[in-house]
Amino acid sequence: MKRFLIVDDSKVVRMVARRILEGLNFETAEAENGELALEACRSQMPDAVLLDWNMPVKSGIEFLRELRGWPNGAEPKIVFCTTENDLAHIQEAIGAGADEYIMKPFDSEILESKLTQIGLL
Amino acid sequence: MSPQDFDFIAQLLKQRSGLTIGPDKAYLLESRLNPVARKHGFNGLTDLIQGLRLRGDQTLTRDVVEAMTTNESFFFRDTKPFDQFKRLVLPHLLEKRAAKRSFRIWSAACSSGQEAYSLSMILKEFEAKLAGWRVEMIATDLSTEILDKAKEGVYSQFEVQRGLPVQLLVKHFAQEGDRWRIAPDIKRMVTFRTFNLLDDPAPLGQFDVVFLRNVLIYFDQPTKTKVLERVSRQMAPDGFLYLGGAETVLGISDKFQVFPGERGIYGLSAAAQPRMAATA
Ligand SMILES: C[S@@+](CC[C@H](N)C(=O)[O-])C[C@H]1O[C@@H](n2cnc3c(N)ncnc32)[C@H](O)[C@@H]1O
Repeated sequence: MKRFLIVDDSKVVRMVARRILEGLNFETAEAENGELALEACRSQMPDAVLLDWNMPVKSGIEFLRELRGWPNGAEPKIVFCTTENDLAHIQEAIGAGADEYIMKPFDSEILESKLTQIGLL
Repeated sequence: MSPQDFDFIAQLLKQRSGLTIGPDKAYLLESRLNPVARKHGFNGLTDLIQGLRLRGDQTLTRDVVEAMTTNESFFFRDTKPFDQFKRLVLPHLLEKRAAKRSFRIWSAACSSGQEAYSLSMILKEFEAKLAGWRVEMIATDLSTEILDKAKEGVYSQFEVQRGLPVQLLVKHFAQEGDRWRIAPDIKRMVTFRTFNLLDDPAPLGQFDVVFLRNVLIYFDQPTKTKVLERVSRQMAPDGFLYLGGAETVLGISDKFQVFPGERGIYGLSAAAQPRMAATA
């Protein structure tokens, strides 16, 4: 079973994402900001990360840059999932090594289609 | 709705578009036709049907037919057909059409254009290899309203997230508020036209690749057979036909055969080929 780390400061968003991902047969873990997400990756590297942009302590993009700098940091697939819906943010995310980008609001169909594209489903 | 009214509409839809609806879909008639009734100033569905019977009004008839068709489409729908296009179909055409350096693609029942534009984006990747080639893509649909949307090439945030990899979004679309406009060079590769699949496609010419996806499902068996027969006559002897995931030629037409090991793509059957070659 593949492991998905859900990183979002909103408990509700994490819960919704967890339900969908578990429905797709992923094992899930959660973190509420970029700093805690790095810690989670340090103790056990997930197969994929669903990543919010704006979070206190450490943002999603800061998390991604740091992670991709690690020796094994290229391993997980990174899927942004955020209300930052402008082209500039999307380009910045791709530039930092994101594999996919979901603009909120989203539905399970969009999530599934994105995960299929990057080979997680 | 009275059974007579239902039969009248069902008959009209069948004649004009091939669409077959059973009595279990009466609710669909009501929900989709009430807005049409309002638009044309009728006081509800019964009046609308009365109007259809009496007036034979072409715009009203067209609006009714268009309201009843399902236009749902996605970019790179089902992924695999488009992978096959890249991996199998394009290399074949690059080799077999090298002498005349041209080929033609038909997106039949193109809806809002995602299918045709997905193919354009793939062709764009092969730009260098296709330099000096003439690649023509015709995309057709019955519905003028949906064709207007296709020609405009502007999609909602939901539409661009279904099936379209984000890298291609960034590469080929410009953002306009919360909508996304497809790039002019991708759009230029497609010519959109109104065409009813119940009509003879001969004027459209011969095609090397035909996408006929997610439309046959709405037709009854004799209509499917007839449409496939006509499409087969417009295909190059070594052409490729794509159907939707829930569609097949098996038991419906002997003009096509499955490509071994490649689900969803069909070639002309041996029986259909010699005749093709003779008329080509
Ligand atoms: C569900 S969409 C399929 C779009 C696209 N091919 C795909 O697979 O995503 C079906 C389309 O078929 C069109 N259609 C229905 N009956 C038709 C007919 N008789 N001739 C041409 N188009 C028709 C509808 O207007 C609609 O846009």
